Amino acid sequence: MGKGIWVYAEHKNGKVKKVTYEMLGAARQLADQLAEEVAAVIIGKEVGELASALGEYGADKVYVVENDALAEYTTDGYTRALAGLALEHRPTAIFLGCTVQGRDLAAQVAQRLQTGLCTDCTKVELQDGQITLTRPIYAGKAFVQVVCPEARPVMATIRPNVLPPAEPQAGRTAEVVMADDVQPGDIRQIIKEVVRQVSSRPELTEADIIVSGGRGMKSAENFKILEELADVLGAAVGASRAAVDAGYAPHSMQVGQTGKTVSPQLYIACGISGAIQHLAGMGSSKVIVAINKDPEANIFKVADYGIVGDLFEVVPLLTREFRRLLGKE
Amino acid sequence: MKVVVLTKQTFDTEAKITLDAQGKINPEGVSLIMNPYDEFAVEEALRIKEKTKGEVTVVSMGGPKAQDVLRQALAMGADRAVLITPELEEMDEYTTATILAKAVSRMEYDLILGGWRAIDDGSAQVAGRVAEILGLPVVNMVIKLEIAGGKVLATREIEGGSEVVEVPLPVVITAQKGLNEPRYPTMKGIMQAKKKPMEKLALSDLGLTAEEVAPKVRALKYFLPSPRAQGKIVPGEPAEAAAALVRLLREEAKVI
Repeated sequence: MGKGIWVYAEHKNGKVKKVTYEMLGAARQLADQLAEEVAAVIIGKEVGELASALGEYGADKVYVVENDALAEYTTDGYTRALAGLALEHRPTAIFLGCTVQGRDLAAQVAQRLQTGLCTDCTKVELQDGQITLTRPIYAGKAFVQVVCPEARPVMATIRPNVLPPAEPQAGRTAEVVMADDVQPGDIRQIIKEVVRQVSSRPELTEADIIVSGGRGMKSAENFKILEELADVLGAAVGASRAAVDAGYAPHSMQVGQTGKTVSPQLYIACGISGAIQHLAGMGSSKVIVAINKDPEANIFKVADYGIVGDLFEVVPLLTREFRRLLGKE
Repeated sequence: MKVVVLTKQTFDTEAKITLDAQGKINPEGVSLIMNPYDEFAVEEALRIKEKTKGEVTVVSMGGPKAQDVLRQALAMGADRAVLITPELEEMDEYTTATILAKAVSRMEYDLILGGWRAIDDGSAQVAGRVAEILGLPVVNMVIKLEIAGGKVLATREIEGGSEVVEVPLPVVITAQKGLNEPRYPTMKGIMQAKKKPMEKLALSDLGLTAEEVAPKVRALKYFLPSPRAQGKIVPGEPAEAAAALVRLLREEAKVI
């Protein structure tokens, strides 16, 4: 045992993000094949208590970097912490979630370690003894399989919601290593203000179900009917570029090549025609449902189930049916 | 202020992707555009130039066709352009960032702007790597930028909201949609662009060798996603269809 497959454990509001458990599953498989250990790295202020859960999900070791200066994420502080730890222990691979934070951190760390980085991976496997990574390019219109033959660590960010999460084993524990010698140093980014939209809905990129609206929604107000359906399903609400450009929804809700790429279990497209750049962003959804009054709409070519009809009639009916099914009446 | 903008030429968002005989992405017949996120970066640079009587240099890497992107930026109002054509068989983000950083290091700059990612490989790491090589701080996915007193206040998108980050100049900033509304080049701008300087550099002009910029990551193969099978239209009146769909999602698709 040595070296190690590392997983960066991103956390928010005192909870480890789900993609961490997805990465731990993949890391465990690789580590077993390579006879190496799985280590999780958690950085922040008072985050040590999150370490036990990481052990249950397959980490052999958890490196904890705790520092008041790391209370909130900054590019400089976290880069120095993770890169510093990696320079000391020289892992074989480091995986991070392909989230806003994971992307930001991974690029800086990869350059500091003079290594390669494969972003937004949807598959991690061992082929001919090499860690082989598959990632969508052109927003999912094509895929490329890559390796990092010499430079170490192999670095990758992993798309949330794609790899199956590790099964937790109650009582399994990891060795906790407090990395007290790792210092954040000078942090040039000073966080002046954080504005969080209060939403009880899940993140688009992590949601199991997404209800999405297009130009056919006709106004921002009409998104209310999608929100009602989403709340019955515990879903996130998305939008097509046409809807965002028309001002019906903010860009943070946009799904597609110039928005977010999503892979939910269920994607319900309402009033979305199915432009190629939208299909690129949601084509890897497990099940796609389309509701559109135009039977010729492109979206029906990729949808598993379609209803040709007026979404303003169909969506509230769906909400009612789901409410009944899920006992939320 | 002297602003450098990193730009990339990409396939149009409506482009259909195919593979060529060698199994690589086929560029034949695809219309090329400036990476949409880079347009926000160019626009922001021009607004800063107009406010501070500054200067904007646009830099791109690629073959002769990439000149179109630089001409577009010049036509929008940038002052000069640099095109680097490294003529390398294999490249990755490490390669690109090393070359761009070397090119930028020969320039005077207060601020480096770029799109937060390109819509082709979407890896969102070149600008960050450039910052790291040049020893500069980076702020990604910026939707609002204010500059005063040698400092930058950048509002960036984070999950479920935004944050305001203060950072000293010089700095690398990457643009997210929402930062501004890029202008269209005017006819006058297009005419003027033809007379603006465009420097063309090879790898050796930057004092770099192919070995120094050798990629860390190598592509094994490209492939296209398997097409989704066409599904079924759930028939019936709206109420009937809605009830049937919900049943199918539970019993057949098992996603509810």
